[in-house]
Amino acid sequence: MPNILSKLVWVVIALVGASAIGGIALHRGEQINALWFIAAAVCTYLIGYRFYSAWICAKVLVLDETRATPAERFNNGRDFIPTNKWVAFGHHFAAIAGPGPLIGPTLAMQFGYLPGTLWILAGSVLGGCVQDMVTMFCSVRRDGRSLGQMARDELGPVGGWAALIGSLMIIVILIAVLGLVIVKAMKHSPWATATVLGTIPVAMLIGIYMRGIRPGRVLEGSLIGISLLLVCVWGGGYINGSESLRGMFDWDDMTCAWFVMIYGFAAAALPVWLLLAPRDYLSTFLKLGVVFMLAAAILIWAPMVKMPALTQFVDGTGPIFKGTLFPFVFITIACGAISGFHALVSSGTTPKLLANEKEIRMIGYGSMALESFVAIMAVIAATVMEPGIYFAINSPPGVVGKEAADAVAMITSWGFPVTVDQMAALAKGMGEDTLFGRVGGAPSLAVGMATIFSNTFGGQLLDMWYHFAIMFEVLFILTTLDAGTRVGRFMLQDLIKHVSPALGNVSSYPATVISSAIFVGAWGYFLVQGVKDPLGGVNILWPLFGISNQLLAGIALTVATGIIIKMGKVRYAWVTGLPLTWLAIVCTSAAIEKVFSSNPAVGFLSGANKLAAELAAGTLAPAKAAAAPSLILGQRIDAALALLFAVILWIVIADMLRMARRYLKGQSVQPLSESPHVATQLA
Amino acid sequence: MRDDLKKLWDFMREVTGDDAYERYLTRHRETHPELPPLTEKEFFASEQDRKWSGINRCC
Repeated sequence: MPNILSKLVWVVIALVGASAIGGIALHRGEQINALWFIAAAVCTYLIGYRFYSAWICAKVLVLDETRATPAERFNNGRDFIPTNKWVAFGHHFAAIAGPGPLIGPTLAMQFGYLPGTLWILAGSVLGGCVQDMVTMFCSVRRDGRSLGQMARDELGPVGGWAALIGSLMIIVILIAVLGLVIVKAMKHSPWATATVLGTIPVAMLIGIYMRGIRPGRVLEGSLIGISLLLVCVWGGGYINGSESLRGMFDWDDMTCAWFVMIYGFAAAALPVWLLLAPRDYLSTFLKLGVVFMLAAAILIWAPMVKMPALTQFVDGTGPIFKGTLFPFVFITIACGAISGFHALVSSGTTPKLLANEKEIRMIGYGSMALESFVAIMAVIAATVMEPGIYFAINSPPGVVGKEAADAVAMITSWGFPVTVDQMAALAKGMGEDTLFGRVGGAPSLAVGMATIFSNTFGGQLLDMWYHFAIMFEVLFILTTLDAGTRVGRFMLQDLIKHVSPALGNVSSYPATVISSAIFVGAWGYFLVQGVKDPLGGVNILWPLFGISNQLLAGIALTVATGIIIKMGKVRYAWVTGLPLTWLAIVCTSAAIEKVFSSNPAVGFLSGANKLAAELAAGTLAPAKAAAAPSLILGQRIDAALALLFAVILWIVIADMLRMARRYLKGQSVQPLSESPHVATQLA
Repeated sequence: MRDDLKKLWDFMREVTGDDAYERYLTRHRETHPELPPLTEKEFFASEQDRKWSGINRCC
């Protein structure tokens, strides 16, 4: 009887999910309730988890619960430590969920809600969740080794180098684009700037508290810190209201960019306990809290989605970024559907915590499903506002015009009515001077979140909620920026030490300072380029970030496919091979378009050539002519980088195919580097 | 009820790493009872250095 009941429950879940997806996909004209999105998402994850992940674990990976995990075998009470599975789940989710799944979907809504939503759902259950889970499995079976080490062991030195360069480049581009998001949220916003600056002494105070006053008391330190952060949000409002103070925090975007770079350098050069570690505690708490609060608010308020299912911008003429639906929706939404960066946490970090292999399914597949759900909430936050407002916030002045009247006229002419008064009232409600041209996704997400929170919890304090949302986004973007700069510096020193042992010495302070400066210079270059770009920078940097992230996912899936084949399961190689094929197609077509497209707004080379021609002809205004040479060089570097990403991906795939062919023909290959079976002693 | 609250509190401490030092001490006594353990301050400091030397945060 319970068996029949359980089958019935799954039939109902499948039916609800299918009708919700059908409803979303076929719905035209009228507005649609956001709860349909929630229903479609939750049912998709449940079905994917219950059936697909269980099948993969049973048939392909053959998880063995009698086998001792690295955490048990190397238990040192520190990084290798068998951990309660919910605790490990919490750690893993907190590590993989960053700003990516919030920003990418927000930007991709220029195509309408449908393409992004379908890709988030299909991409996660068939791609992202599988990648995270299989990578975690491979690492658990290999003493918790990192993706780079596994690539070297399983594919050979070529794979190892590709993984190393891929990881280093993705971090450079990631930090640049996240820096750009912060810059666009802070520019000419005294409230946001003051709040962000306030978070720095708060983090330092908590760092000193947790280091010196009450060592290791993470819970109380974090609670004190979060209360102080709320004071910062309020204090920012106070500064914004004070005529004498607000001018001090009214910065233009280049000043904000310099602030971000100096901050990144300081965070990498200062000891971790002072800034990086306490900030991470605060942002993790806030992140988890806000995610659950947002889910609750959406369920309670049940807002209507106002964005159409598809917009005319699927043809590639979108204002936020240029490029057609295929391949750009799949590049714009990486985190939330499939994110290669996860493979770096799923190998190396989390595997050292697992007490039993069978938990790989819940922690690997389940955490990614939850992150994908965060992306669905970002979709909802971006689409519950009037589409006209969404486009007015996110369109760069270089596309719709600097004057508010021009911008609203153009956006209205696209069929998304919006007025200057409406935007002025919105900005006033949010405590800002203007919300026009605030590209990068963070401000429009904050408007969406503030609207949802304010409507759910009493309809008040819109401006506080907006700046709370900005503070929340900036806080964990800065955490990624700090941690990324630090890791990037280590990776750089690891490379440099072959050339200059002195500069590669990670424990020498001068070497730390110099290599940190080099690394900040690398991402700072792309950040400054993005700030100068008349199309808002997102158009250049976000696709590059997407391509690099998918490249890393491609490397992880290639390593996994190689391992599955060598495990003698070539008939199941499609489990990772299929998402890999799709990513290879998407990544390559996006890279080719970004490099070679004849449309100067899409192709880096034609963009550079067009600007060079205008410069030579003397048709540019003096200010633009002065900036042109660096923009031209920048676009050519971007082109080289995009090509490099595509080439690296194909080298790794070719290397894996060569190995697979030798293996299937019975020739010798590098053996599986799986560690031997040791029986678990844990009950 | 009290037991449940205690369980929740213990879970919160474990998930945040608040009890990391206590767990280290237990482990240390089991494996190397002859060696003096690190002080709480030393342990926390070395843990932070270890945690932030590799990739532990995504985008």
